[in-house]
Amino acid sequence: MQQSALTDYAFDKPGHSGIVSDWSSDKQAFPVPWGKAMMWIFLLCDIFIFAIFLIGYMTVRISSNVPWPLPSEVFALTIFGYNMPLILIALMTFILITSSGTMALAVNFGYRGNRKVTAGLMVITALLGASFVGMQAFEWTHLIVDLGVRPWENPMGAAQFGATFFMITGFHGMHVTVGVIYLAIVAFKVWRGDYESRGYEIVEIAGLYWHFVDLVWVFIFAFFYLW
Amino acid sequence: MTEHAEGQQHPLGIYFWIWGLLFLLSGFSYATDFMPHGYVRWGLILLFMFLKAGFIIAIFMHMAWERLALVYAIFAPPTLLLVFIWLMVIEGEYTSSTRGFFFDEPPAPVGHIQEH
Repeated sequence: MQQSALTDYAFDKPGHSGIVSDWSSDKQAFPVPWGKAMMWIFLLCDIFIFAIFLIGYMTVRISSNVPWPLPSEVFALTIFGYNMPLILIALMTFILITSSGTMALAVNFGYRGNRKVTAGLMVITALLGASFVGMQAFEWTHLIVDLGVRPWENPMGAAQFGATFFMITGFHGMHVTVGVIYLAIVAFKVWRGDYESRGYEIVEIAGLYWHFVDLVWVFIFAFFYLW
Repeated sequence: MTEHAEGQQHPLGIYFWIWGLLFLLSGFSYATDFMPHGYVRWGLILLFMFLKAGFIIAIFMHMAWERLALVYAIFAPPTLLLVFIWLMVIEGEYTSSTRGFFFDEPPAPVGHIQEH
């Protein structure tokens, strides 16, 4: 979509003077498809939700006088006789990074009009996301069944560990699950050729959501699992 | 330009570069788990976290090529969260100190910032 198709106004002023001219004169502020602007505003809301969860986690962890369990040990796995600390979470991180890469390629091939490759890359992205959710289910089962962690108690120390763990990873896992369904639907429509005439910015919009899910995981990985 | 040429189009190479970089940074992130807890470890965790987040936002989410009006509309409001974080650190420290005072519990555990 060309800019002239959106509005008669030319978005030509660069940098900070561009902010003033883009917002003024009672006209459209963002020279992007409306769906993309709306997705960004939705993601802004999501930033605040996840930030509040992580700040809540920070608050209860600072205020707890009971020892906090070491995630490095809680999420360790024994593979081929070696005790690997945090290995499952590291694997989940690499899977999500990989899926972000395939999604970025899907967006690129979408704009090239190569719908078969685009749909294929989106399906790969969705499958990687599904495997992430599967590993999370494994992780939850391990914590609930083997270690006895509950949202209200935790035999390894601070009860707030269970509450924040299930809340934060659960909400993120729900986002991944929704993303897998969303990607699968868009991939099917791309493959069917629904966007041949309308254009492929829908792939970029779905991609924004997917990259955001990866982005949130970067913060969860740093603050919940590594700290 | 084909009839589909529109939106954010960039050479494939930059995606592969950033992809590789994210893998590398994730590896570094994981490596911090083998370090002792302390300011060096926490600093590195934050460094790799912000680098990864920055590359995802700038390149994969194309914010590096968007108009500043959109970039600021999305990323200026979350800076207010810094005030919220500051408030909750004060509140958390206060709750911790009152618990220590009234419940006579042991001092705070490993991996915990203690400034006093």
